[in-house]
Amino acid sequence: MITSFLGVLFDGLAYGMLLFLISVGLSVTLGLMNFINLAHGAFAMLGGYVCVLALQRWGLPFYLMLPLAFLLSALAGLLLERVLYRHLYRRSHLDQVLATIGLTFMAIASANYFFGPMQQPVQVPQFLSGQISVAGVDLNLYRGFLLAAGAALTLALTLALERTRFGASVRAAVDRPRVAEALGIRVGLVFQVTFAVGCGLAGLGGALGVQVLGLDPAFPLKFIVYFLLVVAVGGTSGLKGPLYAALLLGVIDVAGKYYIPEIGAFIIYAMMVILLVLRPQGLISRK
Amino acid sequence: MSIPTQAARQIPVAEIVFWLVLAAGFWLWPSYLPLASQVLIAGLFALSLDLVLGYAGIVSLGHAAYFGVGAYAAGVLASHGWGEPFSGLLLAAVCAGATGFITSFLVVRGKDLTRLMVTTGIGLLLFELANRLTDVTGGNDGLLGMEMRPLLGTFRFDMYGKVAYGYSLAVTFVLFLLMRRVVNSPFGLSLRGIRDNPGRMLALGYPVHRRLIAMYTLASVYAGIAGALLAQTTQFVGTDVLSFNRSAELMVMLIVGGTGMLYGGLVGAAVFMVAHHYLSDLNPSYWQFWLGAFLIAIVMFGRDGVLGACLRLMRAWRVRAQKAALES
Repeated sequence: MITSFLGVLFDGLAYGMLLFLISVGLSVTLGLMNFINLAHGAFAMLGGYVCVLALQRWGLPFYLMLPLAFLLSALAGLLLERVLYRHLYRRSHLDQVLATIGLTFMAIASANYFFGPMQQPVQVPQFLSGQISVAGVDLNLYRGFLLAAGAALTLALTLALERTRFGASVRAAVDRPRVAEALGIRVGLVFQVTFAVGCGLAGLGGALGVQVLGLDPAFPLKFIVYFLLVVAVGGTSGLKGPLYAALLLGVIDVAGKYYIPEIGAFIIYAMMVILLVLRPQGLISRK
Repeated sequence: MSIPTQAARQIPVAEIVFWLVLAAGFWLWPSYLPLASQVLIAGLFALSLDLVLGYAGIVSLGHAAYFGVGAYAAGVLASHGWGEPFSGLLLAAVCAGATGFITSFLVVRGKDLTRLMVTTGIGLLLFELANRLTDVTGGNDGLLGMEMRPLLGTFRFDMYGKVAYGYSLAVTFVLFLLMRRVVNSPFGLSLRGIRDNPGRMLALGYPVHRRLIAMYTLASVYAGIAGALLAQTTQFVGTDVLSFNRSAELMVMLIVGGTGMLYGGLVGAAVFMVAHHYLSDLNPSYWQFWLGAFLIAIVMFGRDGVLGACLRLMRAWRVRAQKAALES
């Protein structure tokens, strides 16, 4: 009983960490520009396909594939920000929803065209596969790696946001864009870079998550609810809110599907509706 | 965005022609009647979203929930041996309306993003529910064994879709007339006010929440009837009636046609379904790609849809004609 609970908790936390990595960029877009980006999952999908290509076709080693997934997704984000997104910042939420759904459709169709509609299989690298036994609980090594990588990235992000000059500009731009602009911070540029980093992180999360989340062309629509949920529950200020929200969501989702599989998928949607009705501003919010 | 309101009494010639052409469909496109019924049903469904989105300003990505409830209500009734069509519609309207009324309390709270997510969540919840309740819905296999009795006791549903087309057209026409009346009434005008400036309408003393709830419930009734029509005319209900894709495509149809212009939903549904019919034959993923590209183009270049573009063209043409008349 206890051991199965610990196993579920472990899996849930690893799953939550992935959700956090993918969603953190979305929380910036929503928080900074009040921009609804339903195409965010497409960047994660891009990272996933980069992972598949790099490992299966180009034969790159795992540790080189990860930065590549990050860079290519960030590049795609940067490009789309310049071509499409920046024209939508001042538009109504409906326009943003429509354009980003359109983008999602295009991404799904492209993935279908190039890779086919099936699930993509990916081998976990040799040194990360298998189980280890800790205090009588069998833990999947790859999920442990996910947790560690997620924790390291979260730490790096927190440091970057709180200790560097650029991080200070980001925080200033989030809190008071106009004042930040008046102080000489180029809010547009700050946002562009942050957006690209957010997309890159989504791509990285997508690449790391191929084994856990699966990868097929429907990925962006299948998971967009989870990503939006992380942001909506966690609020858009800082990293802590989305992190806690993602971990909580991961654990609840895994536990729900493990213990009560009959109504597994309900829990997450019901929780979303209830939480949003009770706390429209998110669980942790400054405003 | 809004078109000047016309008094409901005054009926322009174009509108009469529009419905006469649809009625002449029996002779104009006799071999495409099943597709035409699907267009009408999708159009009715789009009218329902227009009530919510175009006239009340609620962005919804879960509208298939009410369509699905209606479809299952009519389907379950017919598969349990009561195949009389109109009572099926009535049951669907009541069930969808009740679902809409209950969920509207959750939806009208909050702003765009919250509403978007709550409606999406409701849609996904009902989809999962239909997947699980296999005893009632048939789950993934769909609801089989629906047997419809003849319409009004005389018209049997035929394989050429004649009766189905006439039935869909009549129901859509009646509901359209009602909608035309509603959106031009003081109630409809107050909702447009709420869409454009809820704060001011509240200050003017309008019960904003109650109005939104009333409109949302009415729209759910419309969606439920559309769903029931689909169930009865195809004599099959699958879980896809509740899918997220259906909600998203519905939104696309309405946007393609134009929001808040009465005919936008019908025109959009026709353009969408016909394009889908021809393009997805080539390759389904091409269709989705160009649909996405088209959506982005609409947002970037013309948010009032096909209908809005036509109206603008007509206006420009009229101005030019007037100028030419002055010069000569």
